[in-house]
Amino acid sequence: MAPALCVNCKTERALIKRPKNHAKLCKACFITVFEDEVHHTVTSSQLFFPGENVAIGASGGKDSTVLASVLKTLNERHGYGLELVLLSIDEGIKGYRDDSLETVKRNAVQYDMPLKVVGYDELYGWTMDQVVETIGKKGNCTYCGVFRRQALDRGAKMLGIKHVVTGHNADDVAETVLMNLLRGDLARLARSTSIVTGDSRSEVKRSKPLKYSYEKEIVLYAHHKKLDYFSTECIYSPEAFRGSARGLIKQLERVRPTAILDIVRSGEDMARLVPGESSSSCACKGQTATTVAPAEDDIGGCGSQNGRTPGNEMATMDKQLRENEAHEALQIDMAKAMSESKNGNEKQKELPIRSGNSASKGGTRQVRGNCKRCGYMSSQDICQACMLLEGLNKNRAQIQI
Amino acid sequence: MSDTIEVATIPITVDFSGGLEMLFDNQRRHSVSLPAVDSGGKPADIAFLISHLCEKLMKDPRAELFVLDSHIRPGILVLINDADWELEGEEDYKIQPRDNILFVSTLHGG
Repeated sequence: MAPALCVNCKTERALIKRPKNHAKLCKACFITVFEDEVHHTVTSSQLFFPGENVAIGASGGKDSTVLASVLKTLNERHGYGLELVLLSIDEGIKGYRDDSLETVKRNAVQYDMPLKVVGYDELYGWTMDQVVETIGKKGNCTYCGVFRRQALDRGAKMLGIKHVVTGHNADDVAETVLMNLLRGDLARLARSTSIVTGDSRSEVKRSKPLKYSYEKEIVLYAHHKKLDYFSTECIYSPEAFRGSARGLIKQLERVRPTAILDIVRSGEDMARLVPGESSSSCACKGQTATTVAPAEDDIGGCGSQNGRTPGNEMATMDKQLRENEAHEALQIDMAKAMSESKNGNEKQKELPIRSGNSASKGGTRQVRGNCKRCGYMSSQDICQACMLLEGLNKNRAQIQI
Repeated sequence: MSDTIEVATIPITVDFSGGLEMLFDNQRRHSVSLPAVDSGGKPADIAFLISHLCEKLMKDPRAELFVLDSHIRPGILVLINDADWELEGEEDYKIQPRDNILFVSTLHGG
């Protein structure tokens, strides 16, 4: 078979076949196109402002390493004027995080960025190894997820930084859309598609500049740019459901590579049907405003991603349900009214939101406030992390006696 | 004429990365002498290489992390001399002497 030529420069041999459009590109053109597309996402979503301090949530894995490399390149090429810092979380898992932290330390030198490592031990007084020793392997992902969600925010606060970017890619978003679809959780599905999370009440904004980047292209970018990254798997229990969703996404990609971005786009379209949510599609498709969703509902997953907890889910769901009822009772279609004033006559319909797990949990109205113990943003009096810590500390006290 | 059949082999290098190293002795690069033809007498292709690697090189019992239903597991990228195997005919690509075949997993986190 004669080697195919790059469709862009038409001189070099093609090495990459792009999943999104089957375009065959040479190495140099691929790297340029990949960077240009992230730049497009950054500018069309107005992710940054000049002079902004931005922390890159860095695990040493492929996604966050590529994110750091690309942001550094774009910051210099397009004069974003960003001050970039690497922010790593040390969960305290021997044989897992210690190796990847070495990679992050090398990255800090390679990219000439300051590095801040925040440990669960210093934040919570517990390493994950100690948590597992106390509660066992079952359910430890809940602890890790709740702790990690706050840890990035707290690390950013220590640095006086109000914006954390994470390496979530299109495959991650598609996976989360699919998981929420399979759970019947349209409210969470809607939030998971947002490129920016963290509402006006939370002090730290989160965003995912690689939201439209295929995992395949991220790995190829890292390979062709010879980036230094570390691949590992958490040594504690994996999330079975996410693993199944991931397997399904990869199998779909094999048969129809565009499926991944199609799922992301479908997620965005469905988000527009959910009351109180608007889509965060790329501005070139007509929506200019970036959506802001509560940081507590960031998408989950192990590895470099955040976990999720049933408690939060129910609280958020309750709030959503009450809002729905209010909408129905008043017969006011706010989303429609707003969209018409913004986007002309674009038709929008609302669907009733139903929780897959627990739709009927009564209780008092929840207001987004702050944890009375640690001050972190929380819809309950005591935040999730403090609740979990209370249980852990009781256990430790018993063991010591 | 000698009775012993000289089995012709093709010298190639095979690389594993993105977490696949752990299935192959935690070693990234392997020099492999691949039989030039498979058991059916067909010239060695990528499909044959994959089954050869599973049988001869992999010591880890978790073969399902590398192959599923006797095909490469979805989510693992294959690069033939740095080119995406989709540009080279995938499993049907005929292995050439001194080829470099890279298997890189996209499935592992940081």
